Amino acid sequence: MIKNEASMTEKRKTSNFLSHTLLIVLSVIWLFPVFWVVLTSFRGEKGSYAPYFWPKTFTFDNYIKLFTETEQFYFAKWFSNTLVVAIFSCLLSTIFVLGISYSLSRMRFRMRKPFLNVALILGMFPGFMSMIAIYYILKGLNITQSLLSLVLVYSGGAGLGFYIAKGFFDTIPKSIDEAAWIDGATKWKVFTKITVPLSKPIIIYTVLTSFIAPWTDYIFVSVIMGDSYDKYTVALGLYKMLEREFITNWYTRFAAGAVIVSIPIAILFVIMQRYYAEGVSGAVKG
Amino acid sequence: MREIKANANKNKSNKDNRVSIGKALVYGDFLTILSFVIMGASNLLRGQILKGLLFLLAELTYIFYMVNMGIASFAGLRTLGTKEQGMVMDEELGIFVVQQGDNSMLILLAGVIAIAVTALFLVIWKANINAAFTAQRLKMQGKKLPTFAMDVATYFDSKLYRTLMTPSLIGIMLFTILPLFFMILIAFTNFDNAHQPPGNLFTWVGLDNFRTMLFSGERIAKTFWPVLWWTLIWAVLATSLNYIGGILLALLINRQGTRFKGLWRTIFVISIAIPQFVSLLVIRTMLNDSGAINMLLRELGFIGKQDFLPFLSNPTWARVTVVIVNLWVGVPYTMLVATGILQNIPKDLYEAAKVDGANPFVIFAKITMPYVIFVTTPYLITQFIGNINNFNVIYFLTGGGPASLDYYQAGKTDLLVTWLYKLTTGTMKDYSYASVIGILVFVISAVFSLITYRRTTAYKSEEEFQ
Repeated sequence: MIKNEASMTEKRKTSNFLSHTLLIVLSVIWLFPVFWVVLTSFRGEKGSYAPYFWPKTFTFDNYIKLFTETEQFYFAKWFSNTLVVAIFSCLLSTIFVLGISYSLSRMRFRMRKPFLNVALILGMFPGFMSMIAIYYILKGLNITQSLLSLVLVYSGGAGLGFYIAKGFFDTIPKSIDEAAWIDGATKWKVFTKITVPLSKPIIIYTVLTSFIAPWTDYIFVSVIMGDSYDKYTVALGLYKMLEREFITNWYTRFAAGAVIVSIPIAILFVIMQRYYAEGVSGAVKG
Repeated sequence: MREIKANANKNKSNKDNRVSIGKALVYGDFLTILSFVIMGASNLLRGQILKGLLFLLAELTYIFYMVNMGIASFAGLRTLGTKEQGMVMDEELGIFVVQQGDNSMLILLAGVIAIAVTALFLVIWKANINAAFTAQRLKMQGKKLPTFAMDVATYFDSKLYRTLMTPSLIGIMLFTILPLFFMILIAFTNFDNAHQPPGNLFTWVGLDNFRTMLFSGERIAKTFWPVLWWTLIWAVLATSLNYIGGILLALLINRQGTRFKGLWRTIFVISIAIPQFVSLLVIRTMLNDSGAINMLLRELGFIGKQDFLPFLSNPTWARVTVVIVNLWVGVPYTMLVATGILQNIPKDLYEAAKVDGANPFVIFAKITMPYVIFVTTPYLITQFIGNINNFNVIYFLTGGGPASLDYYQAGKTDLLVTWLYKLTTGTMKDYSYASVIGILVFVISAVFSLITYRRTTAYKSEEEFQ
């Protein structure tokens, strides 16, 4: 019996050792590209591909040059463009998403089921299939190659992404609403004074997802902005740096730009994940 | 049977306040009928002046639009333009003059807008009939008609959903439905690289594009089928491998003996927290023929000093590479989802199994996996659809390449969606074929998800849950 137990702990020890080793190996694989781009961003030698792995000299120049050398690319401008677009489109998107998801969750009306079905169908078309049409509509409105058009494109269809927020509102007990109605509150009052304050996690989640979107989108911005460099967002700009005619000069600066963009986005993403978990695990038990 | 009918009737009478056009026609008085033609008449003459005026204004605006543009827009839809740009003989002057020519694109767009405006008008028109008949009925019942302020107040109470949904519906209409409708129409025209406005006209061709794409022996059909197969193989591989990998990783992290669970989770979350275009572009340059991985392999002596592994430049290698890199991108996501699910498995299930003497493997096969699969079926479906539409991984890693001479505007790793993107933004602007691809992708996604998604309990019991 005792011998048996000893072999059990022995076995457990080996399997613990093995699984920790495996986790370490996997972590190295997963962090390797991250590590490498940081390494490259500090590389002193220019050029896209060095014939060796470890940089020979280290410098902070790539970061400085990224902001100061503006004849070809305006990274600082791109960064502020993206920030502006992100702020406005996340404001609009949040209003859209909350309005739609609250209505669908809390109110019953004739067009509700049809709307849910239409949203389901619309979601199955490739998102950017209609980008050319959008481009011409924006051209018709005479706002192509402007930041406004990007804001509209990112937030315009946002209302269709109501699923998660609706799921959250579904978990808020209806009895809370009903109690307020009996007290004579209008639905608007209930929405603004009761539901919204209870919905912090999902509001933050919605704000963050729509804030992150413009930083990571490449497709729409590449179609809408064409060749007007100073209206680019970071995603399109960084992609441009890797084109054949620029890559030799700009590769290490691309790495620096990638690091600069990634850090805030990664932090926001981690925060968002937390609120997402909080949001889907149910709101208010009552 | 009769009871059911009686019940149905009762239900109907409960919804009696709803106005149908037929009912309004039969029971409506003169003013209500007049509202069919002159919008807002019933409200206006019964004292709801502001409401009536708004309806009237809507009608006048619509008539003004139709007379000035709308009718011409509708007419243009028939041919999509007839005058080609170029030199034409001017009979009066007896010389050739430059003819401006019609722009089929703008004509089609104007037509679509005219349809949208008309649809909107019909909705308002119907609302006008509702309002007219309701006003009549309230008057007959001797009740006071609500004032405009009272009407507005209902938009913050019982009709709050209209207020909340209108802004985003406008956005969805303008930036999703209208463009989509427009692109679907383009699939039925010959708007390809040979018919680019303003220089050339394009026109309706019916189902020709679908026929060419699916059944002809042309190069584009010879591209479509291989790309479709690769898309499906890719979606199956990417989804299943990510799923298995993610669950195994979650199990590894969450197993009893593992220490620093939070640390491991954070490490894997970091890799997905970085914007995809950054991580994928970095991996692309690392996997390049003269990229960091090949350099590292040379320095470590795994390959010769001049050799390289063609991760992205050989078709077969590239296909394997994108699937593996996609694991790097996707496994942490599944891990996060699976972690949440694993923590939610009722503990008593495990305890009961242990009491019955089940070994860890049996517990895994009989309890953990069935539970996880049950809960994640909808997730699997969305992942599958997502992978069919996985633009980022393919476009940023290989750009669809390596290019193939057998293919029309596509490479060996191109999915349908990246091919679509290339057809609309590349040098050859084949919008009509791009639209056909978009529609076919939709059909594939719809078939897959309708079969499975509608069967899930999440969809069926949407109401019961609350």
